[in-house]
Amino acid sequence: MTAELPAATASRLDWHVASVTDVRRETARTCSIVLDVPQWPGHRAGQHVDVRLVADDGYQAQRSYSIASPPEDASLVLTVERIDDGEVSPYLCDVLQAHDGLELRGPIGGYFVWDIAEGGPLLLVAGGSGVVPLAAMLRHRAHAAASVRASVPAHLLYSARTWDDIIYRDDLEQLAKFSDVTVAFTITREAPSDWRGYRRRIDRAMLEEIGWPPSATPRAYVCGPTPLVESVATLLVEIGHDPARVRTERFGPTG
Amino acid sequence: MAGNPFIARGFHSRRPAAPPGRLPPGQYETRDFPVLSAGPTPRPPLAAWDFTIRDSEGHSVRWSWDDLRALPRETPTADIHCVTKWSKFDTKWEGVSVDTLLAAARSAGVASNPFVLAVSDGGYTTNLPLADVTDGKAWIAFGYGGEPLAPEHGGPARLLVPHLYFWKSAKWIRGLRLLPDDQPGFWEQLGYHNYGDPWREQRYQGDP
Repeated sequence: MTAELPAATASRLDWHVASVTDVRRETARTCSIVLDVPQWPGHRAGQHVDVRLVADDGYQAQRSYSIASPPEDASLVLTVERIDDGEVSPYLCDVLQAHDGLELRGPIGGYFVWDIAEGGPLLLVAGGSGVVPLAAMLRHRAHAAASVRASVPAHLLYSARTWDDIIYRDDLEQLAKFSDVTVAFTITREAPSDWRGYRRRIDRAMLEEIGWPPSATPRAYVCGPTPLVESVATLLVEIGHDPARVRTERFGPTG
Repeated sequence: MAGNPFIARGFHSRRPAAPPGRLPPGQYETRDFPVLSAGPTPRPPLAAWDFTIRDSEGHSVRWSWDDLRALPRETPTADIHCVTKWSKFDTKWEGVSVDTLLAAARSAGVASNPFVLAVSDGGYTTNLPLADVTDGKAWIAFGYGGEPLAPEHGGPARLLVPHLYFWKSAKWIRGLRLLPDDQPGFWEQLGYHNYGDPWREQRYQGDP
């Protein structure tokens, strides 16, 4: 784990008031917030930001949200899972709108990050809203020249409850049109009647089919709810992948 | 924050207030016990597990799993604070005080030094001043909530330093290095604060 540390992030993380340019629904339970951030220092795919909400009585709440947009985009996009009894995520998805300000600081996180210069192959495994930082990696990859992309093939295995819970479904299907990108969905609850893909939780057979063999020494990024991440990371090690090349980020619900 | 705070239009608290003085700035209370780690959970066989305190001259003292379990135990109850913003109150642990281990190390000729680097299975490290793991402030914990500490929470044993952000409480701990100079650990090299006091909100490099 200590072998390949990327450079540290910027030396100081100040709070900035970003301008909201759009809040759009992604799925029934998620929304994306499009932001114009003054003095954004840039980020790497996989990083997150801290958001701070201050009420007029001085009460404040902070949460962390993954960056969905690649470093190449002018706007910063956060995708938020709306937790019904939360206090920050319902605000972000239901109350916040274009022309509002939103206070944030970042980018944060220097380990669950990927730059195409680090190479691949890339094995991305997502559960639910854990796809957000992995989508940033695929979008970052899509900006590279075709010859570079060809040397860094990518596989994404994404577990969602239902077809309609798949975040960025259209975008991921577009990305999968590149010959060197494979996107596989597995649907754990209700699948459409004509669904011919996986319909179970991620298991060893699935990881052996979609993942790379250990001899390919892929860089694995696993993000999602704790039970999925625990299970997938353990299976990858059992299959023979080097634990030092398996990076994890675990999402509990954060309201 | 310089000047007036930025007020989020239409934002109001939806949480009951925490007891005064218990929730550090920017934190919220959770009843869950979220799991955050950077890689796969190691599962070392206990027969091969050991815990070592080593100084910079190479003097060391080693405990097997059975040795550690035979030492006097304490059962601290503490509030814990994760840099990802959750806090959990009244967590109940069982383990051996770091004071007990350091006293044995001194008796065995291990030199005391002002800094500590905790080292773990999987390559994780975190650094602390020695003063933050002495005088009843830190434990090597192997029990949580009356049960053996689960692997995803750092079992078989983790460092417990509840007065600092919880990344300092290294999971899967295998030893302490006593060092003359401060040596930043894993997250401390990746933009997180070197010390990590939740009451001063020292989350990231450059925070006060």
